[in-house]
Amino acid sequence: MDLIVCIKRVPQTAEAEVKIDASGKDIVRDRLTFDMNEADSYALEAAILLKEKFGGTITAISLGTADAEDTLRIALAKGADNAIRIKAEEFAQLDGFKTAALLKEVIKDITFDAIFTGCMATDDSYYQVGPVLAELLGVGHATLVSKVEVADGKAQVNRELEGGLIEHLEMSLPAVFAVQTGINEPRYASLIAIRRAAGKEIRVVGREEISIELKSNSTLEGLFLPPVGKRAEILSGSTDEISTKAATIIKEKGLI
Amino acid sequence: MATILAVIEHRQGVIRDITFELLTLGRKLAEKNNAQLIGVLLGHDTQSLAESLRTHVHRLLVADHEVFSDFNGETYQQSLATIVKKESPFLTLVGNTAFGIDFAPSLATQLGFPFTTDCIGVEMVDGRIRVTRQLYDGKMDAHVQLAESTSYVLTVRSGICPAEQGGLSAEVEKIESPVVSQPDHKRFIEYIEAVVGDVDITKADVVVGVGRGIKEQANLPLVEDFAKAIGGVVACSRPIVDANWLPKDRQVGSSGKTVKPKLYIAIGISGAFQHIAGMKNSDTIIAINKDSNAPIFNEADYGIVDDLFKVLPALKNKILEIKK
Repeated sequence: MDLIVCIKRVPQTAEAEVKIDASGKDIVRDRLTFDMNEADSYALEAAILLKEKFGGTITAISLGTADAEDTLRIALAKGADNAIRIKAEEFAQLDGFKTAALLKEVIKDITFDAIFTGCMATDDSYYQVGPVLAELLGVGHATLVSKVEVADGKAQVNRELEGGLIEHLEMSLPAVFAVQTGINEPRYASLIAIRRAAGKEIRVVGREEISIELKSNSTLEGLFLPPVGKRAEILSGSTDEISTKAATIIKEKGLI
Repeated sequence: MATILAVIEHRQGVIRDITFELLTLGRKLAEKNNAQLIGVLLGHDTQSLAESLRTHVHRLLVADHEVFSDFNGETYQQSLATIVKKESPFLTLVGNTAFGIDFAPSLATQLGFPFTTDCIGVEMVDGRIRVTRQLYDGKMDAHVQLAESTSYVLTVRSGICPAEQGGLSAEVEKIESPVVSQPDHKRFIEYIEAVVGDVDITKADVVVGVGRGIKEQANLPLVEDFAKAIGGVVACSRPIVDANWLPKDRQVGSSGKTVKPKLYIAIGISGAFQHIAGMKNSDTIIAINKDSNAPIFNEADYGIVDDLFKVLPALKNKILEIKK
């Protein structure tokens, strides 16, 4: 099977303090660490598992600036055969639609049986790229995918719904699968594989190779901190004092 | 007259809560902009569903057909493409749910309309749409202006517009189903119910939720000991299940379980909205997190901004002392 995986390098913000930069439209990035978007690492693993079973190739594609090549090399080390970077620095206002449209311009010249993407990226939280890419390519898609098994040219696909319910679909290939986190155990790249991947060529696609005029759906006007809600009463003092206060509250509620 | 169209979400014979939130939002936007709100219900044996919707919309379009017995994003997309083209609403509203996200972005792309997803606020300014979205793990909000168009598609997050009473009285307008069979390339097979585990976290009075802040699986016993001391059950946020450290039936949140215990203690959980959705109705919430800006502190009644690895053992000892 020939497979394509779309991956994005994103700032790791879940456990970090996030601040707005001077432009008001972006966050301060110099103190953040960057890594492959979490759902994309599950998408990559899903593709690798299929390649291990059926053979074929994996092409990893990332729309990003030069440092996205580090993330692509991780994908190469884990099991991708080819890597392509689309130069994000040459395009403005990259919303989910425009990202998908750019990916389509590169993917339309590649034969594939399935495309895997993460269901969303933690930085812009769009949930758009997979289904829009599928629509632009004229193939089927499923979002929030929690399982893909291929047999006899058909894919048995599970989607994760609310409350733990699963929707089971049968789909034909080619198709786009936007995968949810937690669906497999993404492997680690071995040191030898990382060293080998360092020497591999990454194809770089710039604006001059994109033949169509691309439009954005939306323009980000500015960032602001989410309004503070009811806000918890913060218990202050030493760890011992805080613990005493918390235990007292729990006791007063009649819970111990 | 200008119209706003809202897609009715239902599953297994029940209208989902997001629908009434969406209709409330749609009606407010319609009233402000001198427009009518149209509900679109695609389903099978829809009479009772339609009845509960009539008071919430100005018009209710119902396509009743076997093909909608179960959900298929592709049949929804093709049907809605036909209906939206015919009705020409200036705005189509869809829930940002497992249902909506499977067809709304591709529908808007097919129709060539500007769209965006997971909106937490929607305004109309001079015929253009401006939305509020959340970025960077919910730590930033953003105002986003959509490109100029005659029609837009938005998906809206659950819980941002509390459902209000109806008071309208739309007649049901039956329409022919634009689609009569599932496409060959995407067929619904079945729903698979969640696996029931040994502990039902929805029945416990005290729930101890653990998140990414616990760092390693080897640290979980710290939380388990604490839960035992306080007489609660251990639950968790999504990353803990993704890592296979706890089973899926312990997950609190929109794709897991909804809990309403007397006491919820959130340990090392930053408070993604999906998690908040599953625990915000707890009687009392105490959150322990080292980041004072973590969104969880907007939901908690009491907050402890400290290292959980120091606080947990100390609090456990205090609780054991009181119990003695």
